[in-house]
Order: sequence, then C-alpha cells, then structure tokens
Amino acid sequence: MAEEIKMTCLHDKHVALGALMTPFAGFDMPIQYKDIVTEHNAVRNAVGVFDVSHMGEVRVTGPESEKFVNYIFTNDIAGANLGQVFYGMMLYPNGGTVDDLLVYKMGENDFFLVINAANIDKDVAWINEQAAAFDVKVENQSDYYGQLAVQGPESEKQMVETLKLDCADLTFYTAKTLEYDGETIIVSRTGYTGEDGFEVYASHAAINKMWDLLMAAGVQPCGLGCRDTLRFEVGLPLYGDELTADISPVMATLSMFCKFDKPGGFIGMEACAKQKAEGSAKKLVGLELKDKAIPRHGYEVLQGDKVVGYITTGYRGISVDKSLAFALVDREAGALDNELLVRIRKKVFPATVVKKRFYKKSYKK
Amino acid sequence: MSKIIDGLYYCESHEYVRVDGEFGYIGITDYAQHELGNVVYVDMPEVDDEVTAGEEFGAVESVKAASDLNSPVSGTVVEVNEALEDEPGLINKDAFENWIIKVQMSDASELEGLMDAAAYKAFIGE
Repeated sequence: MAEEIKMTCLHDKHVALGALMTPFAGFDMPIQYKDIVTEHNAVRNAVGVFDVSHMGEVRVTGPESEKFVNYIFTNDIAGANLGQVFYGMMLYPNGGTVDDLLVYKMGENDFFLVINAANIDKDVAWINEQAAAFDVKVENQSDYYGQLAVQGPESEKQMVETLKLDCADLTFYTAKTLEYDGETIIVSRTGYTGEDGFEVYASHAAINKMWDLLMAAGVQPCGLGCRDTLRFEVGLPLYGDELTADISPVMATLSMFCKFDKPGGFIGMEACAKQKAEGSAKKLVGLELKDKAIPRHGYEVLQGDKVVGYITTGYRGISVDKSLAFALVDREAGALDNELLVRIRKKVFPATVVKKRFYKKSYKK
Repeated sequence: MSKIIDGLYYCESHEYVRVDGEFGYIGITDYAQHELGNVVYVDMPEVDDEVTAGEEFGAVESVKAASDLNSPVSGTVVEVNEALEDEPGLINKDAFENWIIKVQMSDASELEGLMDAAAYKAFIGE
C-alpha cells in the first residue's frame, strides 16, 4: 500500500506557479519553477527562495539536554553561546550515520534540531530511544514549523527590506528568535548553497505570508533541483548519497565535525576514532572528467578493470562547466590526482581524483 | 501546451521520426524536452552503428537525470547531429529542428506501429 504523500504549507502556491512537482522524502515537492540553471544562477548571483518546510524539527529541553544532545551529536555544543548553530551527525555505534543535522542553542538546556525530511520518523525514534536514560523532553515539532531558505548575495537585503526581519547582525551559523505577527520565529544565517543566506522557521501562516512578500518583490522561487546542484558544487553532502547508515563521517571526510576529545564522547565515537586512526577502507572523493558525459549516482568507478567504488552524486556543473562527481572509493584509489575510470552506460571515461569543493563558497562570516 | 508537428511519427517513449524517403531523422519531442528541463549532454551513437526499433541507442541528459533514447525504427546511423556536441541546449530551443540521428531505415513497415500527431497529442493528454 502506497503511503500517503505529504504536502508542505506552500504546496498550493507551487502548483499555482506551475512548478514541476515530484515526490521527495514523502512530500510532493517543487523540483523547478522555471529551469534549474536559471534558479541556480539566481542564488549564485542575486537571491532565491526555497520552500524547505519538509525538513524536520525536534526540540530537546530539560535539565540534561545539553549533556544528552552532546552524547548523540558528533560536534561539541558544551558551553556554546546562545544562538550558536552547529553542523554535525548522529551516528550508530558502528560509526554509520543516522542523519546529518543542525543543532541550534536556543537557551540553557534548550536545543532545536533540524533533521532531514526523509529521516524524521527514524530520527525521532532514535532520539527517543537514547533519551530514556536522560532527564530530557523530546518534542517532534515538524508538523508545526514551515521553513524558508533565502539564499544568495542579496539575501540580507530581502530579509531586511522585504520581510522586515531584523537579522543583518547575525553572523554565519548563528540564530535568534524574532517576534513576527504575534508569534516567535527562528532566523539563522545558514543554508545549503555555499552562498550567504538565511533560514526562517515559523508557523505555516507566517511562512505563507513571507513567501507571498518575496514573490511580490520578484525573488526567484527555487526548487529542489538547484538546491542539489548548488550544494554539490561547494562540496556539501546529502544524506542518502554521501552519508548513509553504511557511510561514516570519517569515510565522507567530515571528521572536522566530530569532536573526538569531548568529555563524555558521543555515540559512534570509538568506531570513528578507529577509522580515523587506521584509515577507513572507503573514502569519499571528488572526480573530474575531461569528457562531457555525466557520471550519475550508482555508476561504477574503476581502476584499470577493477571496480573500486561508485558515484554518490554527479552533475554537469552549472557554475563550473565540467562533468563532476563525488565517489566513494577504496582508500588507495582515492589519492589526489589519481586517474580512475567511470562506467557511463556502455563506455568508460577517464576521471581524475580532485578536491570535492568544485566551486568556492562565499559565506558572509 | 507542447508543440506537435503533423506528418511525423511518434513513439510512447517520446521520440519522433521525420521520414524523408528511405531516411528517418530521429529526435525527442517538444513535450519530452520540456519534461527533461535543461539538456546538458546528448550521448549519441556513431555513424554506421545499427539501431533497432524499440531499443536504446543513446541518452539525453538533463541537469537532473539521464534518459535513454529509444529508436522508433530500425536501420543504420548515417549521420549524427554534431551541433549537439557543443550545444546540447539546442534541443530545448527547438526539439523538432534539432534532430539527434539520421537513420537509413531497414523496414519502413515499422512506421505503421507508431503514432501520428493526433494520437501522440492524445497520448500526452493535450
């Protein structure tokens, strides 16, 4: 029996705009409104807005919430400043990834966790399971919050002038609450595009109002299509592709978000520390092709005639005019500048191992 | 509303064939290019390759995905549209003008199994 598809609070507006809609993570989501290239370039060069209301939100409060969140999360939130935002993962004991997420410190022992839409049920179950031993309260607020991502070099201008949100003072990876139409909303200087930008969490009514204001101001609506090309070009992972239950942050070369020396440790720390010390068997790398053929998720990567890995994400870059990919390969095969092959349909194409940041990020720090 | 041209033959996987004597020009329909979005690469066969009706002969890749190209007819490739190598986006500009391969057809009776413009229009629900 097919599960019922969910809709975000802006669904009717996407349909009215003529967006190409497709199921993603259980939601009927806009892939593109105009075309991916136009929307991608709007974010790189000006500003675009994404409906990311499908994302999940979990609130963790209670006397032991800092201790608890630090135990299930790879980054270190101990003693953080109010409004600080952290990127990191929740791991299984074997180091495999439950999800990657943002943790917002909203108050003393008050944390706001933003998780991937596809993982909401799994994550909430996982968090609750771990929470049994702690004096904390875990609330799944995913149905309450809608979310907009306003991204691009002109995002601050739109946030301040169009939405009248007093957020110009926010620095990269910080957040604050604001009063908006009688409700408390959360605004952070974060995103998933490699550009300066903001994310806003608010009720469905407020999200609808802000969306309408941005449309009236001529801001380009952007779909999940360019969300993926934008994050890919700047080397950001997507859960399901670059991070999975079988791919640890060490394998994904995201160890910098794992604090191995924090007191109390975190679930999965021993497994990851071992991988880091010994070198994981597999490693995520960037690949660049000289040909125009495009490597796609799941295609084989070879060294000579031996399969050494597979493509996790691949595109013809938009800001970078090259065929590029992330691939999970045997560690030895993943040395920088190594020459590998990618099987694309019936042919194989040479590919060079390169750094995963294909395009330079332009965050406002 | 997609553009559909009278006199062409269409198949359910959204390729068309424009017949010129014993030759057929094969491409994807305007409906298909619109569904795909920005075309960024066309994987074409080589001249003298054989193609078979209903079988894959290459792929057209949009930003987001690769879609197989299926030949509506059988025959031998006599020409590929080399302009698409440098500018695959021509397919988005005019999918009917920018055919992908030219085939010398081996069995003209295969055309009878394809849709005409009216049938294709109904097939895509327009």
